[in-house]
Amino acid sequence: MAKIELQKVEKKFGELHAVKPMDLTINDGEFVVLLGPSGCGKTTTLRMISGLETVTGGKILLDGRDVTWLHPSERDIAFVFQFYALYPHISARDNIAFPLRAQGESRHAVEQRVKEVSALLRIEHLLDQRPGKLSGGDQQRIALARALVRKPAAFLMDEPLGALDADLRETMRAEIKRLHIDQHATTVYVTHDQIEAMAMGDRIVVMSEALVQQIGPPAEVYYDPANLFVAKFIGSPGMNLVSAVYQDGVARIPGTENRCRVPAEWQPAVQSALQGEPEIILGFRPEAAHLEPSGELSGEVYATELQGAYAVLHVNVNTSEIVHIRTDRLIDYAIGETVRFSIDPKMVRFFNPKTELAISRQRSS
Amino acid sequence: MSNVELQKVSKQFPGVKALDAVSFDVKDGEFCVLLGPTGAGKTTTLRVIAGLERQDEGSVLFDGAPVDGLPPAERDVAFVFQQYSLYPTMSVYDNLAFPLRAPSRRIAEDQIRRRVEEAAETLRISHLLDRKTAHLSGGEMQRVSIGRAIVREPRIFLMDEPLSNLDAKLREALRVELQHLQKVHGSTTLFVTHDQIEALTMADRIVVLNTGKIVQIGTPEDIYDRPATIFVAQLVGTPRINLLKSRREDSTLFIEKSQLHLPVPDGKQLPSELLIGIRPEDIVPDLEGKFLGKVILTEPLGVQTVIHIRSGDQTLLSLIPGMADLRIGEEVRFKIIHERLHCFSLQGVRIFT
Repeated sequence: MAKIELQKVEKKFGELHAVKPMDLTINDGEFVVLLGPSGCGKTTTLRMISGLETVTGGKILLDGRDVTWLHPSERDIAFVFQFYALYPHISARDNIAFPLRAQGESRHAVEQRVKEVSALLRIEHLLDQRPGKLSGGDQQRIALARALVRKPAAFLMDEPLGALDADLRETMRAEIKRLHIDQHATTVYVTHDQIEAMAMGDRIVVMSEALVQQIGPPAEVYYDPANLFVAKFIGSPGMNLVSAVYQDGVARIPGTENRCRVPAEWQPAVQSALQGEPEIILGFRPEAAHLEPSGELSGEVYATELQGAYAVLHVNVNTSEIVHIRTDRLIDYAIGETVRFSIDPKMVRFFNPKTELAISRQRSS
Repeated sequence: MSNVELQKVSKQFPGVKALDAVSFDVKDGEFCVLLGPTGAGKTTTLRVIAGLERQDEGSVLFDGAPVDGLPPAERDVAFVFQQYSLYPTMSVYDNLAFPLRAPSRRIAEDQIRRRVEEAAETLRISHLLDRKTAHLSGGEMQRVSIGRAIVREPRIFLMDEPLSNLDAKLREALRVELQHLQKVHGSTTLFVTHDQIEALTMADRIVVLNTGKIVQIGTPEDIYDRPATIFVAQLVGTPRINLLKSRREDSTLFIEKSQLHLPVPDGKQLPSELLIGIRPEDIVPDLEGKFLGKVILTEPLGVQTVIHIRSGDQTLLSLIPGMADLRIGEEVRFKIIHERLHCFSLQGVRIFT
């Protein structure tokens, strides 16, 4: 399998950057997700790796070999699209066998490989049918089988689950990840769905406005987002972000009685990052807030939501900012009721509103 | 606002029975969600209430009085669609004012201004009033569409998947706002969706519809905790409920293709073969747990983690809070919270409540 390296890879359309210079190393056998809203440059990045799009600058290496200017067919990479791109008039078997036959493999080798792959994806019973007659999920399985059949050096997947309904997406999400665990093929997977990225990726590359915002394993982008964009984008709902004013180890929410002690280990970092300016943004995940009568923060209930196994309470902490608190279900609150809560000091984060960057805790050296 | 009732409404389209004796009511001030997959008859139900479609049988009543003879304009309902149908060349203000300016209404312009401004404020679009709607984002356009329904102060709001064209973040935000707005205004609302999370999070009551028939009516808690059929059990909750074929011997339930067995819930009569349903959050990794399995996949979602556990030839989904540090391939002990077991007949009907 393969290691993919992007060195200062960029793409411009005219004067406009679709992808600003980016460095990324995808290790052999790794599952890396390119995540971001539409227009962030994730698909362009994937297309540059595949060779379907040329780079404006930088280098792409495949196992150390410079493939920047190689034709897609010379890169030994398989591409799976959101839309299945199957041939509707030939059987699933022939669709899957197509890339091998194109390479001139022997009839026996083709048969053998199609059999292996269809067992893996549990589609043996579909092989004689035409794709047009199959469900979306089955069509996507066949598209996957066609990509797998070649044993390529790497897989590139562009929103392969985007066209499926929610239920099937969940099933296929697990299947693709299982497949990756079995095969360990280097995979680059593009999605705009942060849940998919969290669930599937060994590492996530969060992109926005042509720029890489953060690269890290799911737990890192979730707990330690690099900036406000990542904090909001990851999580459902995203991280709670509340404007506050910092003074003497306390963050106050202006215009309210709300105040939150800044844990001692954060204070030096906060002070040096703010450089004398008082404005700060307080960040915490919905599960970091705990309802309790003695909580140091309070607000009015704005709405309540049953999410199935748990509930989310939306609380207005000043005139315009609503925070989301994960709670046990079956607790009834009336809209307008005042609730008190505290934030787990281990899970509180701080951001500089000017730079929009996370303030990172000073590490004891 | 009004109480709206459907009595045995049926509608036949060529080749399909779109609605089959559908009866339910939306109480005054209630947020009722009609939930079901594509083709369930949800949109047809809304169209029948609005008078855009004529039912073959049955009756629609507003505040106890049949409206079957009334054309749409006289029913005084407000429709919000998935596709925002705004006038692109008009300002947001004029779009909002449009329904109030109908000649039949004879509302004075200063009254109109007051109502438009109020609606704009509740929907946080006051700053957009002078813009042309063509220049708005999807979320802003949908707010304007909702605003245009609100200014009319209709007897009922009919909403047909109004959030489904928006991206996930916006959908989440508008879901919360719509619910808040509805509660504060006490407006009678019938909201159609195929998205179970919208139904659970927003509804006072959910009406589950499938192939033109009502399957269950209840609060979100009823639907989630006491699904009437396996269809409902699988429709709500993510990840999906574990549904396992089982056999009962005396007072023990044996789950097929595994070593898993559970006591029959106290005092319950169960057939010898049945389906049991276990919500993923009721399968809990626990060092003291009675059962053993192997972790074959973990899906960290941030707020919670989905764990796929292989036990015998069964794969069970477990949902735990936070980010789990279980590793793939590892053995795991787990328990099943059997007080929350769901039992269904082989035909898929709930056995006890």
